[in-house]
Amino acid sequence: MLILRYAIYRFATMLLTLLVVSVLVFVIINLPPGDYLSNQIAELRASGQEAGVAKAEFLRKEYALDRALWEQYMIWVGFMPGPNGFSGLIQGNFGWSFEFDQPVSEIVGESLWLTVLVNLAAVLFVYIVALPLGVLAAAKSKTWIDYTSAFVGYLGLATPNFLLALILFYYGHKYFNLPIGGLMDPAYEGQPMGWDKARSILIHLIVPTFVIGTSGASAMMQRLRANMLDELGKPYVETAIAKGMSPSRMLAKYPLRVAFNPFVADIGNLLPAMVSGSVLVSVVLGLQTIGPTLLTALKTQDQFLSAFVLMFVALLTLMGTMISDVLLVLLDPRIRYEGRDA
Amino acid sequence: MTQLPDGRYVDDAPYDPQASIQQLERRDLDAPNWLLIWRKFRQHKLGLYSGIFLLLSYLMLPFAGFIAPYTPNERLSEHLYAPPQSVNFFHEGAFIGPFVYPIVAEADLETFQWKFLADETRPMPLEFFCAGGSYRLAGLIESDTHLFCAPEGATLFLWGADRLGRDVFSRILYGAQLSLTVGLIGITVSFVLGISFGSVAGYFGGRIDWVINRVIEILRSLPELPLWLALSAAVPSNWGPVAVFFIISVILGILDWPGLARSVRAKFLSLREEEYVRAAEMMGASSGRVIRKHLLPNFMSHLIASATLSIPAMILGETALSFLGLGLRAPAVSWGVMLNDAQNLASIEIYPWTAIPMLPIIVVVLAFNFLGDGLRDSLDPYES
Repeated sequence: MLILRYAIYRFATMLLTLLVVSVLVFVIINLPPGDYLSNQIAELRASGQEAGVAKAEFLRKEYALDRALWEQYMIWVGFMPGPNGFSGLIQGNFGWSFEFDQPVSEIVGESLWLTVLVNLAAVLFVYIVALPLGVLAAAKSKTWIDYTSAFVGYLGLATPNFLLALILFYYGHKYFNLPIGGLMDPAYEGQPMGWDKARSILIHLIVPTFVIGTSGASAMMQRLRANMLDELGKPYVETAIAKGMSPSRMLAKYPLRVAFNPFVADIGNLLPAMVSGSVLVSVVLGLQTIGPTLLTALKTQDQFLSAFVLMFVALLTLMGTMISDVLLVLLDPRIRYEGRDA
Repeated sequence: MTQLPDGRYVDDAPYDPQASIQQLERRDLDAPNWLLIWRKFRQHKLGLYSGIFLLLSYLMLPFAGFIAPYTPNERLSEHLYAPPQSVNFFHEGAFIGPFVYPIVAEADLETFQWKFLADETRPMPLEFFCAGGSYRLAGLIESDTHLFCAPEGATLFLWGADRLGRDVFSRILYGAQLSLTVGLIGITVSFVLGISFGSVAGYFGGRIDWVINRVIEILRSLPELPLWLALSAAVPSNWGPVAVFFIISVILGILDWPGLARSVRAKFLSLREEEYVRAAEMMGASSGRVIRKHLLPNFMSHLIASATLSIPAMILGETALSFLGLGLRAPAVSWGVMLNDAQNLASIEIYPWTAIPMLPIIVVVLAFNFLGDGLRDSLDPYES
C-alpha cells in the first residue's frame, strides 16, 4: 500500500505545483501593457464604429476584465464567482478567445489530443532508439560503433530542432514521398476517427516524431552509455563472463537492470524539453497541435487562449513527470517513498 | 613469458608493485590546482581544439566589420538571391591570385526567376584593405577599411545573397556578435541567480531551503520554450534592438538558473559539515564570508564546466525565438533572424544558401559541448 500512498502524495504535489504555475502563467500573460479588448476598443473608437465598442465593452464585463487583477485571477481559475457565477478552469470553462471570437475549448478541441499524441510518440521514439543504441555503444565502447553513435548523438543535440524539421521534411518528401505539413490529410480534418484517418495521422507523424525525439534520444543514449560503462567495470560482470555466460545474455541480465533506473527517471527531465520542442516543431511544420495556436494567441495578446494553452502544456509535463516518478518507485524498491531528491 | 617446471606460465615483464602510488609525484601534489587541471585538459584534444576555436570566434567579434566585405544591411538590389560565388586562383591555367568572375543577372521568363551567370572571361582580382561601407570597429572607432572586398563592377557573395540582396557571409559575421553574446549574458544572469539561491538554500537549510527547493522543482518541470515565448511576447514592440537584445538574454537566463542552483545546493549540503567551515564560523566569520571565501572556491571549477554546457541551450533558445519572430527583430542581425528567411520549404529548395547560418550554430554548439565535456573530465586532477 506504500506505493498507493506515494502515488497520492505525488498527485497532491502535482496539484499544488499546478496552482503555483497558474499564478505564474497569469502574471506572465498580464505583463504586457494593454490587453486585446482595450486595444480593440481604442481601434474601434478611432474608426468610429460605436456598435463594435459596445460589444467589446460587454465582453469586458462578461469576463470580468474590468476588475482588479487578483479578482480576475480568482475568477479565471474558478475560486471566486464571476459575473456568471462560478465558471473558471476548474469548472471546465476555459474562457473566450477574442481573436477567433469563439470559446477557447472549441478552438483547441481536437488539437489537445493531437498534442498528447505527438508527445507520446516522441517519448516512445526516445525509448526505442536510445535503449539499443546506448547498450550497444557501451558494450562496444571505443570501437567505430561507439564513435559513430556518439557523433550522431552530438549532432542531434546541436542541430536546432526547427532546422532539422525543415530538412527532414524536404528530403522525406523528395526521396520517401512522405507527406508535407499537417498531421493528417486535409480530407480527414474534422471527420470522425476512422481507420483511414488513423493511418493518415500515423504517416504524418513520422517526421515530427523523429525531429522532436532526436535530441532527447541522444541525451538519453549518452546517459545510458555512461551508466552501463560504470556497471561493466564491476566484479560481478567479470564473474558472469568467467563462468561462461554469453555476452548478450549477461548484458541483459545484470548490468542493464542496474543501469535502467535513470532511463525511467530521466524522462521526467527530458519531457519539458520535448514539449518545448514539439511546440516549436509544430509551428514550423504546421501541425494541428496547440503550438501554432499558442504563437498566434501570444502575438495578439489573446489572454484566455494563451493562458489556457500554457496551462495545458504545463499540465502535460507535470503529468509525465509524475508518471515517471511513480514508475521509478515501482521499478526500484530502494528509492525512498517520501519525495525524491535525486 | 617463461614456463615454470610445473607447467605454469609467468610474465617476465618487470613489475613494480608501487607503480600506482608513484603516479603522482611530490612535485605534482604541490602544484597549484589550475596547473594540474590545465595539464589534464591539454590531453583532451577535442576539448582543447574546441576551446581554441571558441576563443578565436569571440576574439573575432569586435573585428567583424573589418573582416566582412559588406555591411550587414547593405542591399545590392540587382543581386537578390544571388548564389554563392567561389574565389579562384587560376584563370585558364595561369595563377593570378585570388579573383572572382563577375556575375550578371538574367530574367528567366519561364520560371520567373533571376538566373545568375558568371562571366568566365573576365577574372577580377579581389582588393585588400580597401574602402567600403563604414562601420564601427569594436563599436567605437569609425572606419571604412575592409580586409577584402569585391573589385569595382563585381560582387563577392562567398555564401550567396539573401532575399534583399544582402551578403550572407557578412551577415553571419555580424550575427555572431549578437548570437554569441546572448549566451554569455544569459549565463551570467543564471550564474548569479543560481549561486545566490543555491548557496543560501544549502548553507542555511531549514525553511528557506524548502521554499527554494520547491521553486526549483516547479521551474524545472515547466517547458522552457512556451514560457520564453510568453515572456518575449511581453517585450514592448517599440523598444530598440539593443534593449530587446538585453531583455531576451535576461529572459533566457531567468529560466536557466534552477539546474545550477540545484547542484550548488547539493555541494553546499555536503561541504557545510567540513571542519574548516566550522573553524571559520568559530572565528566569527559572517555567513556571507564563509560562503564566498571558504565554500564557493571549492567548486567554482565545477560550476564553470556546467555553465559551459548550458551556453549552447541559450544560443539555440535565442535562435528559436528569433526564428519564430518573437526574439530579436529585423534591423538587428542574429543567426536566428537570418534563419527566419529560410522558414519555408520553397527557400530551402530553391535558395539552399539562405539556410547556411545553421552551420555556425551547429559548430558553435558542438564546440561548447566538447569544451564543457573536456573541462568536466579534467576537473579532478588527482584522479588518474
